[in-house]
Amino acid sequence: MASAEEIARAADRRDIRDRWLLSAPALVIIFVAAIGPLFVMLAYSFMVKGDYGDVKFGTFSLDGWTSVLFQRDIFDDTLGLADAHLTILWRSVSLSFYTTVLTLIFGFPTAYFIATRPPQARDVWIFLVTIPFWTNLLIRTFAMQQVIRNEGLINTALISLGIVDRPIQIMNTDTAIMLGMIYVYLPLMVLPLYASMEKLDFRLVEAGYDLYASRWQVLRRIILPLVKPGVIAGSILVFIPSLGAYVIPRVLGGGKNMMLGNLIELQFGSGRNWPLGAAISITLMALVMIALLFYVRNVSRSEAGHG
Amino acid sequence: MGRVRRTFDIRAQPGFGFIALLTFFGLYLPIAALVVYSFNGAESLSRWGGFSLRWFVSAWQNSTVQDAAIRSLVLAIWAATLATIAATMAALATTRTPPYPGLTFKYAFINQPLMVPEIVTAVALLIVFSRIKVWTGYTGLGYLVMAHTAFCIPFAYLPIRARLEGMDLTLERAAADLYATPWKTFRHVTLPLLRPAIVAGFMLAFVISLDDVVITEFVKSGGQDTLPTYMLGQLRRETSPEINAIATVFLVLSVLLVTVFFFVNRRKP
Repeated sequence: MASAEEIARAADRRDIRDRWLLSAPALVIIFVAAIGPLFVMLAYSFMVKGDYGDVKFGTFSLDGWTSVLFQRDIFDDTLGLADAHLTILWRSVSLSFYTTVLTLIFGFPTAYFIATRPPQARDVWIFLVTIPFWTNLLIRTFAMQQVIRNEGLINTALISLGIVDRPIQIMNTDTAIMLGMIYVYLPLMVLPLYASMEKLDFRLVEAGYDLYASRWQVLRRIILPLVKPGVIAGSILVFIPSLGAYVIPRVLGGGKNMMLGNLIELQFGSGRNWPLGAAISITLMALVMIALLFYVRNVSRSEAGHG
Repeated sequence: MGRVRRTFDIRAQPGFGFIALLTFFGLYLPIAALVVYSFNGAESLSRWGGFSLRWFVSAWQNSTVQDAAIRSLVLAIWAATLATIAATMAALATTRTPPYPGLTFKYAFINQPLMVPEIVTAVALLIVFSRIKVWTGYTGLGYLVMAHTAFCIPFAYLPIRARLEGMDLTLERAAADLYATPWKTFRHVTLPLLRPAIVAGFMLAFVISLDDVVITEFVKSGGQDTLPTYMLGQLRRETSPEINAIATVFLVLSVLLVTVFFFVNRRKP
């Protein structure tokens, strides 16, 4: 006869099996249309490129990976650094960095402002941040274009005020891409910052003032350390999509000022170098993973510090 | 004795209010510009030709735009429905249980589409689907439905899982004690309790699918433009104010959806 313990264990096993069956549709869909293709892409990055795009099946080559950073000289066949790729990589990283810093500079006071309103008003202000966030990214990028293009708001205003006599070229520059990314990703900075500021215990701030701290000291020594998880979360949430941006540089950068996303598209389009495109994609994914790991390590450490 | 007025606000930080108002101004100025220019009567965006609704009329009568809009809606309904069903099942399978082998794996798996840059998923899907298109000869909407469902699942899963974690098993156990079959318990106890979260998950998935540009751009076959990919294509050329009109309508719809979502969620006790 089966003991009570055995019966319980059999029931557990059945429960776990049922739970796998129940989650199967979601897992299968995500495997087929998200995770699986990434492995296929990894394999493609090690194949020989086809003459008209695609790859030659069953071949092996490291050319895709070498050409991420190096290029072969047409005349003497030596390897040199691929300057164009390095420029694009540098542009992606540095623009994402500046975007993160600037969204923090504008987002921090904004989140603080919202968190110090009365509770009813807070909901309204947060709602105002959420509306642009849920508006189509393409439409927001296009909206930014209306502001910075040569006949746009800024230039029209500057010319009619007589400050400049011909439009300042902002479109199709790195600045345009950065302005677009700041505009589009700002809510991603404000929302997590607000979440951590809302929980801020102002008795600690008051204690600081009682001990003759200045406003600046209170901000730097009390508020900032307490909301650090929000600062890290917001920075990661802005940095990661900036790094992988594709639509914003395509629309505002005007084709010449590419970021990694556009370089990838180029390889799958007119570049006809799928293994290289696959290798750059995996590089981009690796950069994102590094940023995520940094986030996980820092957040768990700061949580342990406060716990 | 003179009354001491307390004017020192411990919450205030100099300049923060100003920067905040500047930020809100910056968030809404471009949107306002977009909307204003959509009522521009002139032939191009470079000058102002008086107030006019002509670009709304011309967008409405443009059959390419009509096709794209209908395709966007059909796709979003399919993807959101499938994603919500799969996400509800997955949420039931991953909550209200002691940890079991594979649980963490499932979390990671379901949230994976959020971790990878869209452009990377897009080209990976291009590689796989273009090969399948050649093998099978099928070039229909199925590929887009599949791709959209996959990246909508984590968004639908989020509110449903949150709601389930706040529910205990008491009511379901009571139903089982009264000889309800598991299906009856689910249909008459769990599902009604879960309905607000399922609606929220569906709406999130719907908006996410409707907004997608990058993955759609790489997965679609010829002549399968959705509204966002159509707009992206038009932005490359000399843009006509018609695009502003389409964007304005799209914007109004999104804002309506978000507002409904906001108030539905706020009515919670």
